[in-house]
Amino acid sequence: MPSDAVTAAAAGAQASDPPDIAGLPDIGRREAGGWLVPAAAAAVVAVLPFLVSPYAQDLIVRMAIVAIFALSLELLVGATGLVSLGHAAFLGIGAYAAVLGSGDSGAPLYVLLPLAVGGAALYAAFVGAFSLRTRGVYFIMVTLAFAQLAYFVVHDTKAGGGSDGIFLYVKPVLQVGGTTLLDLGERLHLYYAVLAALVGTYAFIALLLRSRFGHALDGIRVNEQRMRAAGFSTTPYKLAAFIVAGGLAGLAGFLLAVKDGAVNPELLSWHESGAVLLMLILGGIGSLRGAVIGAVAFTLLKELFQSEALVGPLASHWQLTLGLTIIAFVAALPRGLIGLGARLRGAARG
Amino acid sequence: MDIATFLVQCLNAVQYGLLLFLVASGLTLIFGIMGVINLAHGSFYMLGAYLAFALSPVFGDQFMLRLLAGVALAAVFGYLLEWAFFSFLYQRDHLQQVLMTYALILVFEELRSILVGNDVHGVPIPPWLSGGFRLGGLMEYPWYRVFASVACLVVAVALYAVVNRTRLGMMIRAGASNRDMVRGLGVDIRHLYRIVFAGGVALAALAGMIAAPLSSVYPNMGASVLIISFVIVVIGGIGSITGALIASLLVGFVDTFGKVLPQPWDQFSGAGIYLLMAIVLVWRPEGLMKRAV
Repeated sequence: MPSDAVTAAAAGAQASDPPDIAGLPDIGRREAGGWLVPAAAAAVVAVLPFLVSPYAQDLIVRMAIVAIFALSLELLVGATGLVSLGHAAFLGIGAYAAVLGSGDSGAPLYVLLPLAVGGAALYAAFVGAFSLRTRGVYFIMVTLAFAQLAYFVVHDTKAGGGSDGIFLYVKPVLQVGGTTLLDLGERLHLYYAVLAALVGTYAFIALLLRSRFGHALDGIRVNEQRMRAAGFSTTPYKLAAFIVAGGLAGLAGFLLAVKDGAVNPELLSWHESGAVLLMLILGGIGSLRGAVIGAVAFTLLKELFQSEALVGPLASHWQLTLGLTIIAFVAALPRGLIGLGARLRGAARG
Repeated sequence: MDIATFLVQCLNAVQYGLLLFLVASGLTLIFGIMGVINLAHGSFYMLGAYLAFALSPVFGDQFMLRLLAGVALAAVFGYLLEWAFFSFLYQRDHLQQVLMTYALILVFEELRSILVGNDVHGVPIPPWLSGGFRLGGLMEYPWYRVFASVACLVVAVALYAVVNRTRLGMMIRAGASNRDMVRGLGVDIRHLYRIVFAGGVALAALAGMIAAPLSSVYPNMGASVLIISFVIVVIGGIGSITGALIASLLVGFVDTFGKVLPQPWDQFSGAGIYLLMAIVLVWRPEGLMKRAV
């Protein structure tokens, strides 16, 4: 069946209890400017290290890592219609795998990266196999439960280092024949590695969504029953999406562990899972750009409201200002930040 | 484990479970009837605990009066909150509600920090409930915990009576099973929502007030209760009061006995209730009591 027919087949009938995200636009659609807009944005970010301070570079690296994490969840929420509140588990497992695999003496990049991504994907396969039996709010809660399970394992067992976490003593290095190609301990190396990972993740998910597989996911989001009636065994598709999303979150976790040089159990906490979901909602679900914009906006807002230089004594009450800002966003922007552009264009046209 | 310890643990488990039931019952009603995923529900528990702390100098030894005043204040607060922040959210999708209620948590935590500070505070046990009774040879079980269990039980029975025996309860049950039909039959669903929400806030605050002397009052105390309450709601089945009661007691027992597991299993005690939830949902994907109040 050609891929467009797959989506069309799903769109026809009414599900008995349609999920909220069914009515969203097709995530694989062409957005204004096509691939030029993200490419231009990446090019701008690539020249920024020559213009901005090390502090700003650090912030950009963090935003890029968070954006990878948000994109990985977007594959579940926006593309497949699976709202997970346990996505931080995979981020944390990727980070912990990097640190535990590195040990005291360090390990090469080509060992640690697959370990982190593979470990996260493996746990995603396990979680997905159970949680995909449920749907809707129950799915949200089961994913949360499995994330809490992982949280308590790293928090309470000796191997996980307890609530203080573990340090990454040696930053991973990629060497070929004695020459160091990539040293993630160097600021610029890390900067470009993270940027490359973000661009790669974005392109990978964008291409995935244009493939037959992506259209099948889209059909599942719109109307799973009809997809089954059309002859698709939907569970393997959902499981595959869940595993890919988990693996990509593991990649973000790996980069985060390398950037911070340490991990702690809070990486796996439900606050993290909640925060990344918030970024998607803030940016606008159903758009890869929205996921990146949401991640950047959330990280920037938090940084802004915590900065004493910018907001003065309010900085110690950043939760209040951040909370009120989010409430204002919810009230004013039902479609997230990405919907703002469409709204402005509509207003300009009158 | 000797028999007296076992008994004490059982009493603790029941007491903890019943306390959780007060929080979870409000959450399951708000969830089931209004369709709102209310992440801020843990904050109402915290609100109750801080009300107990703030009101205790005002009312002195008048413990019951303090509870009543706190519940009344919390209900009014819930009524106003629904009007201000939730009434425009029903048309939006669940995820917008998640975002909004998450923001409310941040706001409540910060207001708490501004108004009361970040210190841990104790709340006194009323004199007529201090002390305990002997259980076995060495164990003493505090009267206040007995009071907590009985109070929660009374509220649970009252809640059951209201939901199953009154006209309001009939509308609530109908709302849980088919919202649109209730609206179609001419019930002012917005007013019903507001009452249910205020009731849920009052129940959570009552739980917080009862728990305050046991657990003391501290920042972020709502977060752990919130997650456990969600676990209970999901195990019990969304919108089901009976399910919430059964699930609360199950969670109370699993959590209490998980903490006294022998080594090395005690390392995993925190994960116990989540394991319970995963098992229940794999067995019954929509909870123990699906959509039956």
